[in-house]
Amino acid sequence: MSKGSPISPALLAARPAPPAAPTRETAPAAPASPVRGPNNVVAPTQMLGSAAIVRSLEELGVDDVFGLPGGAILPTYDPLLASTRLRHILVRHEQGAGHAAQGYAMVTGRPGVCIATSGPGATNLVTAIADAHMDSVPMVAITGQVSSAFIGSDAFQEADIVGITMPITKHSYLVTDAQDIPRVLAEAFHIATTGRPGPVLVDVAKDAQQSTMTFSWPPKVDIPGYRPVVRGHAKQVREAARLISGSQRPVFYVGGGVVKGHASAELKELAELVGAPVVTTLMARGVFPDSHRQHVGMPGMHGSVSAVTALQQADLLITLGARFDDRVTGVLSSFAPNAKVIHADIDPAEISKNRTADVPIVGSVKEIIPELTAAVRDAFEGQDRPDISAWWRTIDHLRETYPVGFTQPDDGLSAPQQVIRRIGELTGPEGVFVSGVGQHQMWAAQFIRYERPHAWLNSGGLGTMGYSVPAAMGAKVGNPDRVVWAIDGDGCFQMTNQELATCVINNIPIKVAVINNSSLGMVRQWQTLFYEGRYSNTDLNTGHDTVRVPDFVKLADAYGCVGLRCERDEDIDATIQQALAINDRPVVIDFVVSRDSMVWPMVPSGVSNDLIQIARNMTPTWEQED
Amino acid sequence: MARHTLSVLVEDVPGVLTRVASLFARRAFNINSLAVGPTEVAGMSRITVVVEAEGDLLEQVTKQLNKLINVLKIVELTTEQSVQRDHVLIKVRADAATRLQVTQAADLFRASVVDVAIDSLIIEATGTPEKLSALLSVLEPFGIREIVQSGTLAIGRGAKSMSDRALRSA
Repeated sequence: MSKGSPISPALLAARPAPPAAPTRETAPAAPASPVRGPNNVVAPTQMLGSAAIVRSLEELGVDDVFGLPGGAILPTYDPLLASTRLRHILVRHEQGAGHAAQGYAMVTGRPGVCIATSGPGATNLVTAIADAHMDSVPMVAITGQVSSAFIGSDAFQEADIVGITMPITKHSYLVTDAQDIPRVLAEAFHIATTGRPGPVLVDVAKDAQQSTMTFSWPPKVDIPGYRPVVRGHAKQVREAARLISGSQRPVFYVGGGVVKGHASAELKELAELVGAPVVTTLMARGVFPDSHRQHVGMPGMHGSVSAVTALQQADLLITLGARFDDRVTGVLSSFAPNAKVIHADIDPAEISKNRTADVPIVGSVKEIIPELTAAVRDAFEGQDRPDISAWWRTIDHLRETYPVGFTQPDDGLSAPQQVIRRIGELTGPEGVFVSGVGQHQMWAAQFIRYERPHAWLNSGGLGTMGYSVPAAMGAKVGNPDRVVWAIDGDGCFQMTNQELATCVINNIPIKVAVINNSSLGMVRQWQTLFYEGRYSNTDLNTGHDTVRVPDFVKLADAYGCVGLRCERDEDIDATIQQALAINDRPVVIDFVVSRDSMVWPMVPSGVSNDLIQIARNMTPTWEQED
Repeated sequence: MARHTLSVLVEDVPGVLTRVASLFARRAFNINSLAVGPTEVAGMSRITVVVEAEGDLLEQVTKQLNKLINVLKIVELTTEQSVQRDHVLIKVRADAATRLQVTQAADLFRASVVDVAIDSLIIEATGTPEKLSALLSVLEPFGIREIVQSGTLAIGRGAKSMSDRALRSA
């Protein structure tokens, strides 16, 4: 691995430079350099640790950061004010900074950066860090820490954030020596973005920010215990190709790793070569086009009958960047009982964690899939290709008989599914859709057609209510030219809507669709189904025929957003159109919908996926197996 | 459940023991014993962990350990292919009447007496867990006042060095 060659300042071409900006030369970017960014050579320059943080972020190629200052990070906010490269977006709550960094990373593929102070600032980031860890989002969180002499003394605003986040970060650093700042930040960005991406926390003591150090770039990065495997084992790839070429009922089980690995084009080529059905998990929606004939839906607890059944009846799962999550498998022992498993993932710990893999392939899907395509092509050449037409007849029959649909509610209110479907249709596949967590999340996964990766963002693993608005804000900063919708619930929206202020002040015109069923809808659905309709603490009083606390239109107005309300089916399209026409400020639409709509299909918790219900107590009629 | 001895070579940086130990707790593993110390390579420490686990779960926890950035290498040391030793200090009641019997018992186990007081002795012993538990049962009747025991230390037999290989692969 190249570590970049340290160049003596004496050898650098003499160039007049203002004192604030030291000599900057562009070195030929070593492709294997672990230091992100252009690897500019910066000759040793004296500066404060705080300036080194800002300068390191600049050298790492960062453009946008989300944060909120406080005592222990205050020194760093001073040089930040002077930076012309970094755009700092001042959030209203640190959790918003964390989710915004996630949203930014999800649409751009670049690491999201959030900054907070010590103690409560840092603990407010915890939910977003845990979320990024579960969903493998590249993120660097920088926190201030009390001065090193005070660490461990229960000082004002002290929290052991490195200790608190140890189980939910890919790695973490406590920096007490200013001289370590450039190297640690370069390492943090390298670790966050390579291998299986994830959050890295850098906690910097206040005295390290305030002391003088000698800055030079690029720093020497050598992490002996971190060597992610990228290339798949050739023998395993050939073995996978052999299984594929002999399979009668293969299915591609595609997860979020293919989105993170930017391998959707590679996936399409392989899938079309094999001709097998493709299912895309909640984290992978869009990585294979919904309109593609081979796409048979989303698997899992609220997946389509065709996708769930394809996995259950498969004889081979071609698993790419997925992790056999319990929401996909249902009762694990009954999941895809007759299938052999090819499992390609960049994280060796995912292989055989839940389901034993017959052919494990550790590496990047970006590298593995093309190799697998070549190997399958070779395997197909030497033999007759297996006939999978009977398999397709089964799946096509299910797909036609049990499309994902919904019934019109009895209470005269709009169907939330219809609202969400129309948002998707009127916006089109170039939009970005960011959901919260709950019923509206599932409907947004089911009823919007995704044609490209990075168009669908949600909190899949952790299931964080409140993800939507701040993540949409981050997505809009990362993709300013795209229409970005936060598709939120009335419960979720009340957790993080303070970031509307951030959006208004910083001209980040997101569109928020509050799917307002006046309740914690998913919990209410479970109460309907499993607790005899005893609605314990799920009524939020925000909807039709309630006191409307808060009134979302007035709330939007108070924040300087455009607030709209839509209560009738016939107004849905016009309201969405109106929102799409406004691009100078955020728009919040209060879509008042029925509270009785439920998410179907559903595999009840704790049973086999074979017991999928298409509506309450209704299971599909299975064809007799030959 | 079978006992497994893992040798974990780590970077000697603050928090590394917490990272390793808490990972076991997080993945619901009980640690039977733990020993940490420096190695022949500056900046590298070695943690010897003894756990009881089924094979599949052990593989999973090993993979999770490998994901820790500060972990350089992990090997499982079997009893056949490694030397494994525990170290114990035992404070035993021993007065003029029993002192000789106690020291003889210690001699039989090639343990040494490292402190003598009027009514007690401190015995130092090294050996396999089985040997040490045999020694303890022999000393038991005299009255054991206090025991302090190290975690198991383990090293592979033969010329190969674990840190050598870790450095080469790095």
